[in-house]
Amino acid sequence: MKIDISKTLLKKKKQILDLWMKNQLADDGLRDDLMSNEALREQSGELVDVLLQKLTDENLHDVQSPEFDDVYEILGGISITRARQGFSPRETGIFVFSLKDALIEIIQQEYKNDPALLYESAIRIGRLIDSFGIVTFETFIKGREEVILRQTDEIAEISTPVIRVWDGIVALPIIGTLDSARTQVVMESLLQEIVDTGSSIAILDISGVPAVDSLVAQHLIKTVSATRLMGAECIISGIRPEIAQTVVHLGIDLSSVVTKSTLANALRYAFASLQLEVRKKQKDYPSIK
Amino acid sequence: MEKRWTSTGTTAPMTTLSKDKMLIVKEQDVVPFRNRVKEYATRIGMGLVNQTKLITAASELVRNMLRYASGGETLIEVISKGREAGIRLTFSDKGPGIADISLAMKDGYTTGKSLGLGLPGTKRLVSEFNIQSTLGEGTTVTIIKWKNG
Repeated sequence: MKIDISKTLLKKKKQILDLWMKNQLADDGLRDDLMSNEALREQSGELVDVLLQKLTDENLHDVQSPEFDDVYEILGGISITRARQGFSPRETGIFVFSLKDALIEIIQQEYKNDPALLYESAIRIGRLIDSFGIVTFETFIKGREEVILRQTDEIAEISTPVIRVWDGIVALPIIGTLDSARTQVVMESLLQEIVDTGSSIAILDISGVPAVDSLVAQHLIKTVSATRLMGAECIISGIRPEIAQTVVHLGIDLSSVVTKSTLANALRYAFASLQLEVRKKQKDYPSIK
Repeated sequence: MEKRWTSTGTTAPMTTLSKDKMLIVKEQDVVPFRNRVKEYATRIGMGLVNQTKLITAASELVRNMLRYASGGETLIEVISKGREAGIRLTFSDKGPGIADISLAMKDGYTTGKSLGLGLPGTKRLVSEFNIQSTLGEGTTVTIIKWKNG
């Protein structure tokens, strides 16, 4: 006898949906504060529609079948909208897994005279719905990861601003940890800015760097050497007292580099070497006529 | 006699107050680890200079672990000896090991392309420093920084 699980299920579509809705509405975790029952019914109906439409006895064995692409797409959409609405991944998972209960209950009614067939179909349906559940989680995580990646890029971009503080003087405040990848970005943007502005002095401010270990120091020294090769002078500023002590204990030799404690001092030094003078304006008293 | 009250504190036993384990497998793990160390150091009231020294030392050793042994395990402990509190950090890896420890502890010696200050520099930054290494089996470095050390 040919078994026709998919046809049986298609015939029972209305019942499946009703049963699923009943299960969902009876669940303690129902979030009617986030989604109205009508919207939930619409969402559930859409999924059941597409699933039963695409389901055949052949692809019931194969959860990877391309025929399920539409189902996965809808699931992905549901997962994302639910995540935005504030559903937890657990709640979305339960939403999908509760469909399994409805399907199996229908199968149970249909095949109660044939335990072997019932057993087989129950396992297959279980596997299929499990795979759907996984998709919702994957989509949820992917959505989160995209946010994280976007933020990482944004942080990397905003963290290396080269500032033109004066004609011929550029400054680069470094905030956060200076690892190999960041040094590369820092060096590139600094050297490019030196060319673009024709600056002869570059100030690297490390006030925002939490710790200077030998690797960070090595990166700094490399950046300074590269700046010198470009014909500009490089000043490192923002060396805090605790950093100074640590660097000395570590035995790092920064004596070949011009270092200043604050950006203001570095700027003063830069003005001096450009032979610029900053003076208070002499007040012109209006002469009494 | 009243030996317990000696001011040197050397007879007092060392006790561990809390423990925290962290795995280091990639460069992105360095910053969270450093922050964790800082958290513990702040908790016992370590001053800013000693904190920075400890964090820098920790950072050196973690980087060594990543570079030469592609990662390992770290243990952060809050310890106390008599009235003195401190932080003990243990770094164990299953890397190639160090052939000549006394050479590795020399300033300016490196098998990589670094400044060669990691190990000797770290030793100068902390109160106690201990290194054990077996070729082909791995290296374990233990450092202690006392709150006022």
